[in-house]
Amino acid sequence: MFAILKKEELSEQITLFEIEAKDIAKKAKAGNFFVLKIHEQGERIPLTIADFDRGKGTITAVFQKVGKTTHHLGTLKEGDFITDIIGPLGRHSPIENFGKVICVGGGVGIAPIYPITRALKEAGNKVISIIGARTKSILFWEEKMRNVSDELIITTDDGSYGRKAVVTVPIEEILKEDKDIKLVIAIGPAIMMKFVCITTQKYNVKTIVSLNSTMVDGTGMCGACRVEVGGETKFACVDGPEFDGHKVNFDLLMARQRMYPEEEKIAMDRYKEKMEV
Amino acid sequence: MGAGKKEEKKIKPRLKIREQDPQERARNFMEVPYGYTSGEAVEEASRCLCCKKPVCVEGCPVEVDIPGFIGLIKERKFLDACYKVKEKNALPAVCGRVCPQEIQCESLCILGKKGEPVAIGNLERFVADYEREKGEIRIPEKPKPTGRKVAIIGSGPGGLTCAADLIKSGHQVTLFEALHKPGGVLIYGIPEFRLPKAIVEKEVEYIKNLGVELKLNTVIGKLNTVDELLNEQGYDACFIVTGAGLPIFMGIPGENLNGIYSANEFLTRANLMKAYLFPEYDTPIKIGKKVAVFGGGNVAMDSARVALRLGAEKVYLIYRRSEAEMPARKAEVHHAHEEGIEFVFLTNPTRFIDDGKGNVCGVECIKMELGEPDQSGRRRPIPIKGSEFQIEIDVAIPALGTRSNPLLLSTLPDLKLNKSGYIVAEEDTGMTSKMGVFAGGDIVTGSATVILAMGAGRKAANAINEYLKWKYWDVKIKGKQEIGN
Repeated sequence: MFAILKKEELSEQITLFEIEAKDIAKKAKAGNFFVLKIHEQGERIPLTIADFDRGKGTITAVFQKVGKTTHHLGTLKEGDFITDIIGPLGRHSPIENFGKVICVGGGVGIAPIYPITRALKEAGNKVISIIGARTKSILFWEEKMRNVSDELIITTDDGSYGRKAVVTVPIEEILKEDKDIKLVIAIGPAIMMKFVCITTQKYNVKTIVSLNSTMVDGTGMCGACRVEVGGETKFACVDGPEFDGHKVNFDLLMARQRMYPEEEKIAMDRYKEKMEV
Repeated sequence: MGAGKKEEKKIKPRLKIREQDPQERARNFMEVPYGYTSGEAVEEASRCLCCKKPVCVEGCPVEVDIPGFIGLIKERKFLDACYKVKEKNALPAVCGRVCPQEIQCESLCILGKKGEPVAIGNLERFVADYEREKGEIRIPEKPKPTGRKVAIIGSGPGGLTCAADLIKSGHQVTLFEALHKPGGVLIYGIPEFRLPKAIVEKEVEYIKNLGVELKLNTVIGKLNTVDELLNEQGYDACFIVTGAGLPIFMGIPGENLNGIYSANEFLTRANLMKAYLFPEYDTPIKIGKKVAVFGGGNVAMDSARVALRLGAEKVYLIYRRSEAEMPARKAEVHHAHEEGIEFVFLTNPTRFIDDGKGNVCGVECIKMELGEPDQSGRRRPIPIKGSEFQIEIDVAIPALGTRSNPLLLSTLPDLKLNKSGYIVAEEDTGMTSKMGVFAGGDIVTGSATVILAMGAGRKAANAINEYLKWKYWDVKIKGKQEIGN
């Protein structure tokens, strides 16, 4: 059992938990994820480790309420327990001094890009960060990101805050001007990562993305998370979750993320009904 | 035995185990065979000649005293019979159900020469079930503690067996499990109708009651490395028995379409996550109308029969060789036939067909013929040119075995692996190239059976006992065949 020590609503749909998990905090590195299961009948879902505090023995999870499990998770309060947490999983981000880098976080992807941005900054990189969201009310961690970046650009699709643009617009502007950018790391919805990669490919700038595929065990045993990278089948849980974005088949990733539309609806409807009673 | 000559010639037929009706059971997840009643068990036990030199025992990887326990059944001392089995086998209710007895103990039974062998598996199951149902589970007396600590990585059949043996020797034992439930393949892999999970839980509970510490949700290699266990956490030895690795896919076009599951994933969803009870349980699973399973082993049979029980109208089992070469346990093949699985032999998939929305809607296959025997001794299947044909399906399950999982092994650079990435270990001891580290089960041999993993657990426990006495490491690993000591 893992206690929720702190809960914070980052936006309407996005929630933060600080969870007591001493052993995992001790080993967590930027880019790792963990798997959680709320209760006996629950499903196993992967979440990125958005932050960790080795001193306090906590890990931070940030999640968006999209399906039944994440909605249920959102109802848990400080002091509540999560039955199972497994981690840290996945290969961590390759952190070194590349020179100049761009870190891109879209939507709930701002959470996982944060520890990577911080680690890159600590490793001596000059970091330009871009965070984007559909609209102002779902944007979070502006200050946190600013503190670990040399420059921070904010975009919203509807222009309610920062620039009215999608993240690829400032990326393209920077790449056009600055030939010194060595690396782009982008985390967000698959469609955003896809277009970031299309943009950076034009300028031949290496781009790393973190793939959020469906998982069950998260340790390589089941293959639910398989993705196509460079024409080969890879497992996001053990071979990733980070891959060379220019080689990823994003259309396949998006199709696979839509594997259970009917089941997700059944689960959600049932859950809503239960909550109303 | 004082049996007359006349009686010796006429061998009584083996007492058939009663089973759920095939039509009915094909739609539920309840266990297929009902198990013997005590009367039936005594009747079947009475067929055993209780040979002075029991060859059946030689066929048992954990050397259960077979005539010993069957003799006790004859005397209706059912609990004693169970304790007799448990002297050698900590998981009798599991083994009675899933061991391939027909190629082990029962294949050597003298009765089998002229008639049918004694139903050793069914009898083992009977005594284990009897003990459990009576609730008279006996915990052996705690031995004197040795002060030694052993880490076992993986709580499947190999890990459980090794843990039970070592704890009885007085060592402190910790079982590390990556999943949220203990039991490994017994929990995530083998379906409820073949091995009820309540039984596995009981057997694991027994091992916990012996004093074994169980740590769930603990991924060794990530949370701790083996070196940390040995050097910082005070473990004197470590047994790696992590089991099946990454599922193998075929590398054919379309294999990542929606609706295509590795058998590992399909079974894990159904068994461990109880997706067959969706939406009562949260984990979803695609219920195919027409399902194709690829492969000929037990995992393929399990997958096909789970798909049927989930509600598929049609389940094809597609295998590239013929029925004779199928490695699955005979009883499972028989059960699958009875339940209406359609076997398609000498056929191999060549590509999956997309419905235009990213879902599988068919598979193209090619007919095969058998050529000369290959390394495995089985005749090699060869594609017949131009024989391609298509089958309409909406769920596909490749059950083609696994390959080595690098998650733990990549953190052990000083551990010798073979070409396929499996751990090189002495066959009789499980000793590896790294001092204090033993290994066994699928992570050494590649995909095999529950009982072979248990055998490896037993051998490793014996070797660990020796090692803990002397802390002496002399391994003779050159080829896998070469046995040390």
